[in-house]
Amino acid sequence: MEVLSAILAVTMDTVMDVLPIAAIIFGFQFAVLRQKPANLGEILAGFAWVLVGLSLFLLGLEWCLFPLGRLMAEQLTDPSFIHAAQGAGTSLETINWRDYYWVYIFAFLIGFSTTIAEPSLIAVAIKANEVSGGAIGIWGLRLSVALGVAVGISLGCYRIVVGDPIHWYIISGYVIVVIQTSIAPKMIIPLAYDSGGVTTSTVTVPLVAALGLGLSETVPGRNPLIDGFGLIAFASLFPILSVMAYAQLSEFRAKLGRRQQRNSTSD
Amino acid sequence: MTQTLKKLFIAMLGSMRDLLPIVLVIVFFQFFVLQQPLPNVGQILLGVLFVVLGLTFFIHGLEQGLFPIGESMATAFARKGSLFWLIAFAFSLGFGTTVAEPALIAVAAEAANVAATGAMIEATDAARQQYANGLRYTVALSVGLAIVVGVIRILKGWPVQWFIIGGYVLVVIMTMFAPKEIIGIAYDSGGVTTSTITVPLVTALGVGLTSSIRGRNPMIDGFGLIAFASLTPMIFVMAYGMII
Repeated sequence: MEVLSAILAVTMDTVMDVLPIAAIIFGFQFAVLRQKPANLGEILAGFAWVLVGLSLFLLGLEWCLFPLGRLMAEQLTDPSFIHAAQGAGTSLETINWRDYYWVYIFAFLIGFSTTIAEPSLIAVAIKANEVSGGAIGIWGLRLSVALGVAVGISLGCYRIVVGDPIHWYIISGYVIVVIQTSIAPKMIIPLAYDSGGVTTSTVTVPLVAALGLGLSETVPGRNPLIDGFGLIAFASLFPILSVMAYAQLSEFRAKLGRRQQRNSTSD
Repeated sequence: MTQTLKKLFIAMLGSMRDLLPIVLVIVFFQFFVLQQPLPNVGQILLGVLFVVLGLTFFIHGLEQGLFPIGESMATAFARKGSLFWLIAFAFSLGFGTTVAEPALIAVAAEAANVAATGAMIEATDAARQQYANGLRYTVALSVGLAIVVGVIRILKGWPVQWFIIGGYVLVVIMTMFAPKEIIGIAYDSGGVTTSTITVPLVTALGVGLTSSIRGRNPMIDGFGLIAFASLTPMIFVMAYGMII
C-alpha cells in the first residue's frame, strides 16, 4: 500500500514536470501548425511510456541509489575513515590530499557508472548514431563521455580537498577546449559541446552534489557554501574534451589503417 | 502486442547492462572498502527493479513519442516557413522546460542560502524566496534565448564554435567581476538546466530542422542546441549575482 502511494506521488510530480512541455508541444501543434501528427495515437502512447518510465526510474533511484550513494559519500569523507586509511600515528590536522585516495577512486567510478546509466545521454547517443550513419558508435560515445565525467569529478574532488579556486581549473579547461576545437574533426564539434550538457542530469547530479557537500563539510578549512558547488561544472566540461579526443583517436586509427592497407598493397 | 513485449524485453536486458556498473561500484565500496552491511535490503532490491523497468519504459517511449514529435514539428515549422512562429516555439520550449525543472528549483534555493549567508540579501524567508524565484526565471529566460539563438544559427549555418568560444570568453571575463559566492553556483547551473525530457526534444528539433533545410549536414548543424542551453545560464546567473 505504501509502495502504491509512493508511486502515485512520484507520478504526480513527473506529470507536473511534463505538463508544461506537453502543453507547449501540443499547443503549437494544434494552434499554430494546425495539423494532426500522422500517428498521434502512437505518440501519445510514447508520452505515456516516458511518464511511467521516468516516474519508476526516479522512485527507484530514491529508494536504492540515492540513500546508499549519499551514505557512502558521507562515510568516505568522514575524518575518522580518512584517519583510519592514513594509518595510526598521524594527527587529523595534518591531512594530506593523498589521504583522500578512496574518495577520488569513488568519484571516478561513480561518475563513470552513473553516466553510463544516464537516460538523456542514451537519447543523444541513439540520435548521433542514426544521424552519422553509424560512424559514431553508441557505445563509443557513451564510454568516452563517461570517462570524461569520471576524470572531471575526481579532479573536482581533488580541488575541493586542496582548496584551489575553481575558476582556474575551468578556465584552463576552456583553453584546452579551444585548442582541441581547432584540430578535432569538424563533424564531432557540435556533438562534443552537447555532450557536456547532457551528462549531468537525473542520475549524476544528486550523487555528485552529495559528494561535493560531504567533502567540503569535512575537509578542514573548506566552506560548503563556496567549495561544495562546482563538481557539476567539472562533470560538464571534461566530456567535451574526451569526446573530441575520441573523434581524434578514431580518425587517427582510420588513417593508420589506410596507410597500412596502402603499404600492404604496394609491397 | 507480442512484438512490443519482445522489444520491451530486449530493451530491459539493455537497461540491466546499463545499470550493472553502478551496482558493482556500490557493492564494492559497501562490502570491501567501508565493510558495512546493506541497510533495508528489501527496499533496495525493489528500487533496483523500479530503476530497470523505468529506464526500459523511458527509452521505449523516447523512440515512440519524443523523437518523432520533435522531428515532425521541426519539419512542419520549416515547411510553414514562418520564422516568427519557429522562434516563438523555440523560446517557449527552452523557457517552459527549464522553469519547472526540479534540479533548478533545488539549486536556486541553495543559491539563495548562499546569498543570505554572504549578506548579499536579507536573511529572511521572503527575501530568499524572492531571490530564488528571480534566479529561476533568469535561468529559464537564458535557456529560452539560448534555444532561439541556436535555432537561428542552424538556419544560417553559422559554425557553432564561434558562439561557444565567444561565450566562454564572456564567462571568463565575468568570473573576474562576479561575487565569489555566486561563481560555483553559476558554473553548476549550466549543467542542471538540461533535463531528461528536454534533451531528446531539443536534439530532435535541431536534427529535424537541419534535415529539412537543403545543404545542411545534420552532424555539423543539427547538434549544438544543448551546448547553447548549458552555456547561457552561467552568463546570466553571474550577471544576476552582479546586479543584485
